Amino acid sequence: MKRSGIQRDVLALYRLCLREAGKKPKEVRDNFRNYARENFRAHLEIDRRDFATIEHLLRVGQRKLEVYSQPGIKNIAR
Amino acid sequence: MNTTFLSRSLLRAATSTSLKPTTTTSIRTLASVATSQTAPAEPGSKEPNVKQFQIYRWNPDTPEKKPYMQTYELDMNQTGPMVLDALVRLKNEIDPTLTFRRSCREGICGSCAMNIQGSNTLACLCRIDVSNSAPVKIYPLPHTYVVKDLVPDLTQFYKQYKSIKPYLQRKTPSPDGREYRQSIAERKKLDGLYECILCACCSTSCPSYWWNSSDYLGPAVLLQSYRWLADSRDEATGARKSAFENEMSLYRCHTIMNCAKTCPKGLNPGQAIANIKKEMAFGS
Repeated sequence: MKRSGIQRDVLALYRLCLREAGKKPKEVRDNFRNYARENFRAHLEIDRRDFATIEHLLRVGQRKLEVYSQPGIKNIAR
Repeated sequence: MNTTFLSRSLLRAATSTSLKPTTTTSIRTLASVATSQTAPAEPGSKEPNVKQFQIYRWNPDTPEKKPYMQTYELDMNQTGPMVLDALVRLKNEIDPTLTFRRSCREGICGSCAMNIQGSNTLACLCRIDVSNSAPVKIYPLPHTYVVKDLVPDLTQFYKQYKSIKPYLQRKTPSPDGREYRQSIAERKKLDGLYECILCACCSTSCPSYWWNSSDYLGPAVLLQSYRWLADSRDEATGARKSAFENEMSLYRCHTIMNCAKTCPKGLNPGQAIANIKKEMAFGS
C-alpha cells in the first residue's frame, strides 16, 4: 500500500513512541505502550484529509514524546 | 479590634451587595483590574458606547473544529482605555473560556503580545480606537503555532534566544576584584538594546522570519545578541560573531524593517542587525 507523506509521519511517530517505551524499565513498558496507543486511538475518527488538525496533533505528539522519553520519567499512570 | 474589623468587612459586603443586588460577587470579579469601572453605571448617566471585538478563537481540545472569529460587545464607558482592559473584562464578565497571556498590564513583561488591528503590539499598550465604530480585530501573533485562542507557542523563539548565550561571558577577573565597571560612553552603547522585553512582536512580524524561522534567528534575538556584542565587559565577542558566519542566522535579514515599525517599546532591531553586519564586515 502506498502511503501519503503525512500517513508516514504518523506511523513514524507511533513507531518512535513504541521504541522509546521499550527503553523504559521492563515492568512499566506496557504503561507507556498503552498510553501511546490510547493517544493515537483517541483521534481515529479525524478526517484523513484534515491536514491542519493532523499536523497539529503530530506536533503535540512530538512534544509529548520529547517529555516522556526523558530518562527521569520512570512510569506513567492515569 | 477583631470586632471592628469584622463589622467593617460586613459593612463592605453590605454596600457591595446593595450596589449589585442581582449579581453574586465572586472572587473573580473582585480580582478584576477595573473593579470600580465594571460596576453598573447609574441609569441615565451616559449613553452606552458599544464597541465590537472580533477575537480569534481556537480550542486544542477539539482540534478538528477550525479556528473562528467570535464577536463580543462591550460598553466603552465602563471599560478601561487599553485593549487589555477590554480583554480582562471580557474574560471576567462575558466569556471565561477566552484565553490570553497577561501579567504586568504596563508593558514591561511582554506577555500580552498579540496582533491587534493588523499589527503586532502589546494589548496593554494599545489604546482601543474609539474614534470610529469599526470592530477591533484581535489575532494571536502571526505565523506562530497557536496553543489556544490568543496564546502562541514561543518554544522555538526561546530556544533561539538560548542559543545566543544571552549572558555575560568573561574569563579575566576585574582588576580590583570588584564589579566590572563601564565608562559612561560604554554604558551608553547599551541604550536602545537593554530595554527589549522579548515580546516577540518584531520577530513574528518579519517575513524573512516567517519563511525561515528554524534557521534565521529573527530581529528580537539578534537585537539581544548585539546587546552582548556591544557590551564592553563581554569577552566572547569573537565566538559570538563566528556563530553568525553562515547564510541563515544573521544574513537572512533583508532590512524589511517591519521590526522597527511594530516594536511596542520603540526600539530598532533593524539598526542593531545592521550594526552586527557592519562589525562582521569591517571588524571593530
